[in-house]
Amino acid sequence: MIQLENINKSVGNFTLRDISLSIEQGSYTVILGDSGAGKSLLLEILAGIRRPDSGKILVDGVEVQDQPIQERPFGLVFQDLALFPHLSVRENIAFPLKMRRMSKLDVDQIIHELALRFEISQLMERSPNTLSGGERQRVALARTLAPKPNCLLLDEPLTALDTRIRQEIRGVLRNLNRSGLTIIHVTHDYQEALTLATHIGILEGGRLIQQGTAEEVLRNPINTFTASFTGIKNYIHVTISDQRGSGVCVAMANHDIPITLDLQEPAQEGYVIIPEEAIFLSHHPTDTSAANNFCGTITDFHPSPHGVEVMINSGIPLCALLTAEGVARLNLEIGDTIWASFKATSVRFIPK
Amino acid sequence: MSQSKLSLVFALLGGLVLLFIIAPLAGLFIKTSPVEFFETVNDQEVTGSIALTLGVSLVTTLVFAIGSVPLAYWLARTSFRGREIIQSLVDLPVVIPHSAAGIALLGMVSRDTWVGQAASAIGLDFVGHPLGIGIAMAFVSVPFLIQSARDGFANVPLRLEMAAMSLGASPWRSFLTVSLPLAARSIITGMVMMFSRGLSEFGAIVIIAYHPMVTPVLIYERFGAFGLKYSRPVAALFVLVCLIFFVLLRILANRRTHDPIRKY
Repeated sequence: MIQLENINKSVGNFTLRDISLSIEQGSYTVILGDSGAGKSLLLEILAGIRRPDSGKILVDGVEVQDQPIQERPFGLVFQDLALFPHLSVRENIAFPLKMRRMSKLDVDQIIHELALRFEISQLMERSPNTLSGGERQRVALARTLAPKPNCLLLDEPLTALDTRIRQEIRGVLRNLNRSGLTIIHVTHDYQEALTLATHIGILEGGRLIQQGTAEEVLRNPINTFTASFTGIKNYIHVTISDQRGSGVCVAMANHDIPITLDLQEPAQEGYVIIPEEAIFLSHHPTDTSAANNFCGTITDFHPSPHGVEVMINSGIPLCALLTAEGVARLNLEIGDTIWASFKATSVRFIPK
Repeated sequence: MSQSKLSLVFALLGGLVLLFIIAPLAGLFIKTSPVEFFETVNDQEVTGSIALTLGVSLVTTLVFAIGSVPLAYWLARTSFRGREIIQSLVDLPVVIPHSAAGIALLGMVSRDTWVGQAASAIGLDFVGHPLGIGIAMAFVSVPFLIQSARDGFANVPLRLEMAAMSLGASPWRSFLTVSLPLAARSIITGMVMMFSRGLSEFGAIVIIAYHPMVTPVLIYERFGAFGLKYSRPVAALFVLVCLIFFVLLRILANRRTHDPIRKY
């Protein structure tokens, strides 16, 4: 169990404020944040490269914030991997073992196991300069894991890789975590969090604004920043002011745009989430059972892996997910007036 | 101006400068007859002097590397107010006249200073001694080593040192296993420069230790006493020896250290 308690650190104009985080043994924690949010700084503080101005880091109850970098029980993989260019792959992986003065026999044994595990046996005598991105990433992981660290710290490990290699390395990381290794991974890419994380922390402007299990954070973003980071498109600030009885209520967006919810909620502020695939479009107002019908203008189209996202301004910004065929059939163009409809049952409410 | 004309003008201007460097040296060898040359090779005063010059410069370079490499690392890795001043102090010996450097050094190590007296007490004498020659050589040549080593360390990414430490290396071992090997090329280049500069030093040495005569002093002595004809073969032989050493050390430096950082 790794605990960060009220970590503060100022570097130039940037401040990491009051970071408290608990990391369970065997969990995969992804810290999501924009560039400049303080992700790498947080990792450097954990690894011991920088000292916090205040706060504690506990590993299984033992304070480690004053331990020098070489005595911390963490293995850090730098964003650019920091492989030693003057050493071969074998020497790179042997480096941490030699620093621990292990016998040659043990070093050879561990290197052999790691080479098999990371499928790099054929690269052992090569220079890191001659390796591909994915190979370098595997070598960096093997080197970091050679001394069997308590926890693996990863700084944007997939950023520089192409899609195919990224998936391959994701598989490697997932397997490492399944084998019991605790991993803390910082990134700006929510897809990585979706595919890897058991726990997520959201870092914004030096503050950890939300944390929890991946499901909690992805389902209940506490503000638009978190929502945008977790890939939710229709996340709208509303005030519930009116009760209609019979199980529905109306939430007002932008003070005067009513959204009907299939819920009984007392008058309060909060956010509604409308799944983008739950919105359907038509050129004319249709006789539909949907309680929410908005007339707006198409402002843009965004291709997505699942179809096309149609951006609509209807007083509130809406994003509808259509198939490419759907867009073609309706003959949609930017600037078209369009009706967007969704059911009250598809709207989720998150109290503020 | 067309590309070919530009190349022609540049080749002409550059060629003139190259000629300016090569012509006097070529003249030195052309005007030295083989007989004169071989007589000089067998002249024990000359060969002894060349051996002394090479030996003192080599030992000086090795001894001063022990302190200069840490200084260069410190200059490359730390930033503080006054760093520029220390940097300028390191470069100072390069810009002051070497005779003035010799006077300054003599003022520090002559027999009537406490340094000179302390050295005398343990049987050492700087003035008129290889030790004095070494000090004079080091004073004017050590900035070349420090500058080159500092640039070498500055080119080693700090992250690599951090990575070494996060993998369990102490700061010492991180320096010895990562920083030093990666800066080795620059350090060796600096040592070759320091050694070569030491070989050619005259101004500071002639003031602090005229005897035993290093070759530049011997050349000057023969020129003053016997004229151009008698000093030229010594000069030719010494230039040849310096060139051989310079080329050999350069080859050695290039072979032993590839340049991993730039490729990285």
